[in-house]
Amino acid sequence: MILILLSVLEQGMIYAIMALGIYITYKILDFPDLTVDGSFPLGAAVAAVMISKDVNPLLTLPVCFLVGAVIGVCTGLIHVKLKVRDLLSGIIMMTALYTAELRVAGRANLPFYNKTTIFDNDVVDSVFPETLEKYKTVLIILLIVLAVKYILDWYLHTKSGYILRAVGDNEAIVTAMAVDKGKIKIIGLSIANGLVALSGCVYAQQQRFFDVSMGTGTMVIGLASVIIGTSLFQRLTFFRVTSSVIIGSILYKGCVALAIKLGFVSTDLKFITASLFLIILVLGRERKRKVKTDA
Amino acid sequence: MLELRNVSKYYNIGTVNEMCLFKNFNLTINDGEFISVVGSNGSGKTSMLNIICGSIDVDSGAILLNGDDITNRKEYKRLQKIGRVFQNPAMGTCGDMTILENLSIADNKGMSYNLTKGIQKKRISYYKEMLSELNLGLEDKLNVKVGALSGGQRQALALLMSTMTPIDFLILDEHTAALDPKTAEINMQLTDRLVREKGVTTIMVTHNLRYAVEYGDRLIMMHEGKAILDKSGEEKNGTKVEDVLDIFNEISVESGN
Repeated sequence: MILILLSVLEQGMIYAIMALGIYITYKILDFPDLTVDGSFPLGAAVAAVMISKDVNPLLTLPVCFLVGAVIGVCTGLIHVKLKVRDLLSGIIMMTALYTAELRVAGRANLPFYNKTTIFDNDVVDSVFPETLEKYKTVLIILLIVLAVKYILDWYLHTKSGYILRAVGDNEAIVTAMAVDKGKIKIIGLSIANGLVALSGCVYAQQQRFFDVSMGTGTMVIGLASVIIGTSLFQRLTFFRVTSSVIIGSILYKGCVALAIKLGFVSTDLKFITASLFLIILVLGRERKRKVKTDA
Repeated sequence: MLELRNVSKYYNIGTVNEMCLFKNFNLTINDGEFISVVGSNGSGKTSMLNIICGSIDVDSGAILLNGDDITNRKEYKRLQKIGRVFQNPAMGTCGDMTILENLSIADNKGMSYNLTKGIQKKRISYYKEMLSELNLGLEDKLNVKVGALSGGQRQALALLMSTMTPIDFLILDEHTAALDPKTAEINMQLTDRLVREKGVTTIMVTHNLRYAVEYGDRLIMMHEGKAILDKSGEEKNGTKVEDVLDIFNEISVESGN
């Protein structure tokens, strides 16, 4: 039981980093960005290659974030400069990235079981006593998630963060402030995909392998987490929305784990993912309607 | 000084629905003028504003700002020195952000939106003072989301936001049309006060003939892409609502409305 709980927490928090990225595109920018289905496994592929080549695992985090950020800029340029619709820009990038992942990793599946990762290295081993061995992965992930959360919270309250929020809310006001709205969208997409690739990077190191099919459904998982988080906690104003998204992601992983526990096999995973998402979407809408009739 | 020189604009070129909106349209706006523009629907009032701001391109002709040709300058770059308020109060503010956040964004117009703190604490008292002059009680609602305000309150806020930083032009696009008569009156008085205080050149499109006659120091009536009436100074002061209405009826009969 404790093992399942740990695995839910670990995966929930790893996916939470990705969900925070999706929160930026979906909720703030109002941009359904399918690029994430490609930037997540690309982050994983880059991490896998770096780890196999014995690069310092700490370096994988900034490198993967940067790779994702560049991918986000590409999606943004396709949308803003070439004037391709938002959904299509993402699909184009997602498809192209499939090749990029295979090229980076060299093959469809790349395991790295006995290598040094952010979870398994001398520093970590010397800090954590034997008794905490079981919890070290979850604690390291918690540390990364909290760092991402606080940086994002800080960013959203800077001037740049304000104008980012404004562009999703009302593009006209951004133009009125003499700011190029296209540039702001590109910045948003870049941060979002950076976070998604970072999440893929941590995921690969927790799983200890890269697989090209890792990314399928990333968007759905992320969206589900964002919707659970934001609709469950929308009335609690003391709760930062970033925290809600993280908790939403953990709850979502919990639901999937529960479904597996109830007898589904792991090959059913994507079906469960999709069904759960549908249920959440419909329930989310119900809630909204109720609020309206109350008022 | 802003000049529209021989501006032409067609819609749906090359189709059966081709429509000429402006043909060799000329207009000169002098510094410090407060112009009211009236005219029936489709007469080209809003298109003229869009052409000035760069929201739509012209097919030929030039737009000159203080002698500089800005015809091909991008909209967001032109808006550096232009403030614009729309008919829809939601267009001038961010509904999901608080009053304080909205004001902070507007306060930073023309400067870099960088990684420094979004809200400058030392400016808050200034914002409060500005809001309390509106007499709408907004000064106590700094942390309320703008989406929760009424249309009139949002529009007043939009007006404040568009004039917070130094601008050369204020463009008002039927900015009182979506408001009830009393709220419209309050917003109109606020507009007049802000324009006089800042001495900013203003172009106001309105369907309210009384506002057009009462406020501003130049009156233009648009019809089929032409300025068929252009009165300023003494001539404008002597104009009554009835006179404008008469011309209005005349052209409406002509075009079969």
